[in-house]
Amino acid sequence: MNNHMILRVVGKFLIPYIMLFGLYVQFHGDFGPGGGFQAGVIFASAFVIHTLLFGVRETQKIAPEWILKAVSSAGVLLYAGVGVASLFLGANYLDYDVLGAYPVAGQHLGIILVEFGVGLTVASVIMLIFFTFAARGEVDGDVS
Amino acid sequence: MILEQLIDIFLLAFLAIISIAIVRIRDVFSAVMLFGIYSLVSASLFLMLAAADVAFTEAAVGAGISTILMLATLGLTGREKEKMLVKKKISLLPLVIVVVTGATLIYGIVDLPPFGGADNPAQVHVTPRYTQQSMSEIDVPNLVTAVLASYRGFDTLGEVVVIFTAGVGVLLLIGGRRRREEKHADE
Repeated sequence: MNNHMILRVVGKFLIPYIMLFGLYVQFHGDFGPGGGFQAGVIFASAFVIHTLLFGVRETQKIAPEWILKAVSSAGVLLYAGVGVASLFLGANYLDYDVLGAYPVAGQHLGIILVEFGVGLTVASVIMLIFFTFAARGEVDGDVS
Repeated sequence: MILEQLIDIFLLAFLAIISIAIVRIRDVFSAVMLFGIYSLVSASLFLMLAAADVAFTEAAVGAGISTILMLATLGLTGREKEKMLVKKKISLLPLVIVVVTGATLIYGIVDLPPFGGADNPAQVHVTPRYTQQSMSEIDVPNLVTAVLASYRGFDTLGEVVVIFTAGVGVLLLIGGRRRREEKHADE
């Protein structure tokens, strides 16, 4: 898609707003529709557009595979870690009540952390899967 | 109320039309695009049912990412359906299975409680606790987030692990092969 001037300009213009919208959906999920799953997908779609415009090699310079692998594991670990933290504070697994000074504050903190973990994992896994597909296409294209 | 019903009928009719089109169409590329449209119409339908979060997910994942992944796959495999598959051979078994399954499902509908009824089992089990206590227990205005992240935290943890596993699986299956091919190209 390198020759499509209009798509390149519009796509480049859209990418930061898509990422901003992803962050909004992530951290506003307590108040409006949204949450980690949706935010992760939206955030990853910004990178998908970047790949469509500039090719998978360029995008992987910004988001290398090893970072995505680390982030996807970190998301799961963050979620599970919140549960372990509540265990150590003397409550049941994933009972956020004990995380804050009073139960409702603990619930807020727990939900934000957990949703952030979900967002990290979803965004990085979708990017990893997409890059894997896209890169295979490019390698095959080069070979043939 | 009548307007809502009209929109529902309109969207459901669209779903049926798109499904038939997907079955009948021969061009795989068009079928993938129709799948995307199908997801978008489903998302509108979820919005009509006041399930904004589900509609959001359906639009982002179903219409967005799935379509992109299918297109990426098509880029690897080619967009034309093989002619082999087109050969006309009528076999009755699939038709019988589909008709029997459909009849069973329709028979099951008869026993379902009325749609949206106030004393349906779904409405009287844990829902009152969620709707009445969640503001004092969790204090998160979006009830869906409260249920997903706190009341049903274990389920959501499982879902995240499923997504993580999907990523690991894809990398194991086709992530490594690329590197080997590159190595061969270098040699």
